[in-house]
Amino acid sequence: MKASVTDKLKILADAAKYDVSCASSGSKRNNKNKGLGNATGMGICHSYTEDGRCVSLLKILLTNHCIYDCAYCVSRKSNDIKRVAFTVEEVVDLTINFYRRNYIEGLFLSSGIFKNADYTNERLIRIAKKLRNEHNFNGYIHLKIIPGASPEVMREAGVYADRLSVNLEIPSERSLQKIAPEKDHKSVYTPMNWLKEQIAENREDSRKFRKTPMFAPGGQSTQMVVGATPETDHHILNLSASLYKEQLLKRVYYSGYIPISEDERLPALKQAPLIRENRLYQADWLYRFYGFEVNEIIDETQPNLDLEIDPKLGYALRHLDQFPVDVNRAPYEMILRVPGIGVKTAQLIVKSRKYGRVRYEDIKKMGAAMNRAKYFIEISGRPLPAASAVPERIRHEIIYPAKKAQLTLF
Amino acid sequence: MKILYDGSFDGLMSVVFDCYEQKMVPTAIIKMHKYQPEMFDQVQTVETNAEKTKRVIDGLHKKMTSNAFNQLFKAFHSEFDDIELTIFNYIRLVISTKGYIGTDYRQEPILRIKQVVKMMNREIHRMHAFVRFQLTVDGIYAATVNPDFDVMPFIGEHFRKRYADQLWLIYDVQRDYGIYYDMQKLQTIHIENPEWTANKKIKDSLLADKEKSFQNMWQQYFSSTSIAERKNMKLHLQHVPKRYWKYLPEKSA
Repeated sequence: MKASVTDKLKILADAAKYDVSCASSGSKRNNKNKGLGNATGMGICHSYTEDGRCVSLLKILLTNHCIYDCAYCVSRKSNDIKRVAFTVEEVVDLTINFYRRNYIEGLFLSSGIFKNADYTNERLIRIAKKLRNEHNFNGYIHLKIIPGASPEVMREAGVYADRLSVNLEIPSERSLQKIAPEKDHKSVYTPMNWLKEQIAENREDSRKFRKTPMFAPGGQSTQMVVGATPETDHHILNLSASLYKEQLLKRVYYSGYIPISEDERLPALKQAPLIRENRLYQADWLYRFYGFEVNEIIDETQPNLDLEIDPKLGYALRHLDQFPVDVNRAPYEMILRVPGIGVKTAQLIVKSRKYGRVRYEDIKKMGAAMNRAKYFIEISGRPLPAASAVPERIRHEIIYPAKKAQLTLF
Repeated sequence: MKILYDGSFDGLMSVVFDCYEQKMVPTAIIKMHKYQPEMFDQVQTVETNAEKTKRVIDGLHKKMTSNAFNQLFKAFHSEFDDIELTIFNYIRLVISTKGYIGTDYRQEPILRIKQVVKMMNREIHRMHAFVRFQLTVDGIYAATVNPDFDVMPFIGEHFRKRYADQLWLIYDVQRDYGIYYDMQKLQTIHIENPEWTANKKIKDSLLADKEKSFQNMWQQYFSSTSIAERKNMKLHLQHVPKRYWKYLPEKSA
């Protein structure tokens, strides 16, 4: 029996959901000639799944037919599941109709691999092209680049898509060989590096010539599966840092491995490593937005992030000599390093202190989480009473606040 | 002294004028239709006067950036009970201080305005996210909403830029007005005797043929894209509070 669009949606959205990226940010595309849609730069989550992830794009596979047999993937060749494929028209029609109802910011299209990388990518591009050219669609489009894609194909993809991504999937070559025998890191890095050059060249051109056509204005991203293979957080975070620095990626996504398969090449996990994944994202933010170097967040002596406390608190406890920070005098960068003080609060503090001394109550009202910040700040030339030279004690008090109250009771 | 006014932003500006002119110190500034008399109340009603309003607004523009002024205008639409007095106190600080004071967040009214604007912006962002258009038989993409604050004046531009090639309507069912885009311009409209369903949604009989089928597909997509092994309803509710569910097809089915 022929599958209905709803049946296909069920299977191909389900198969695409392990790609965690759903960002619709970082691109700016205006609505042209009274057409449909735009990309505003900030991205909008139109809904959230029951697991709390942003739903911003219609994220589907074109098909789950696949010639590869990657152990971590539901669509792997050896898995006995129903295989279906959307037609070009069906994807276009769904995208436009979902978009017009304000369900989504756009389309994130990926696919199982049929025939070869280029053949598959050409099919994805055909859809993006139709949306742009025939429907004057200016919403967000994220296209997956299949490892091994040729420059000709990627050049066309960049013309129609806002963002492109080649997934690294497994953080080390050795592990990758073991569980995805048809893939290697070279087939990922070659297109990634080519895109990097192409994007840089395009940005350079558009500074010089006003009419330069856009090429992947939202840049490129990648994803790593975490917990399916033995790599440490130290390894992973250093890898991410180099991807941000060398490949100039906009985002690196971490996908806690969900034990979807009984494949014997993979560890038998009971549960997805969600806390670990969360800590990796926090560390990633510290690196990108808080001015931390990777070796300040993690080093080889403790190669995995502390699961009980966030990495910023971890840093502060390992570097108590840098604290307490005087909120009335310290530079913005140091205030940003205080656990419990985020970017917004740090900005309010440095703006306000120009007018006079900022007090404990002021900081609290400005939004600092004092349960953590109180150990690491000083207000009028002296630390707060909570400050203690013993990191273990601070750590304990923060993790078990209720127990502490109990102790003081007796 | 409690001051009553007509509830408009212009009205509030006239209140500022009268307070300065008559040296009144308000203890509360209340929208007339919200006022409930209490014993021993000292009450004064201020009429909105275009000339007075203009003089206050012109004066403020000399003392503060237009961005800061727009923040006051936005904060006003939060409809919080304390918002008029907070704006009044903010203006008093601006007028009495030499130089720029807008970023001294140690000052109560300045921090409060900043925080209220943040709440307004979040609600505006939620409307950008949670408006769900339904195609009606007359070819209008229509949505009913019930936002926490009066955000209609701040969301039209976003939708106009995005949905330039379709007719659309967003209607605030609680405040009983909305914005309509006719593919040329935005209009603020009020619908006389609207025919909503009992819970203020658009009646099924008014929907275009395929509308329900797209809603069903969206529901299918939504449930398929969730990962059961990762289910975390606490996080889910934090992002999509229950009060918005009614108008979200993926949550109300």
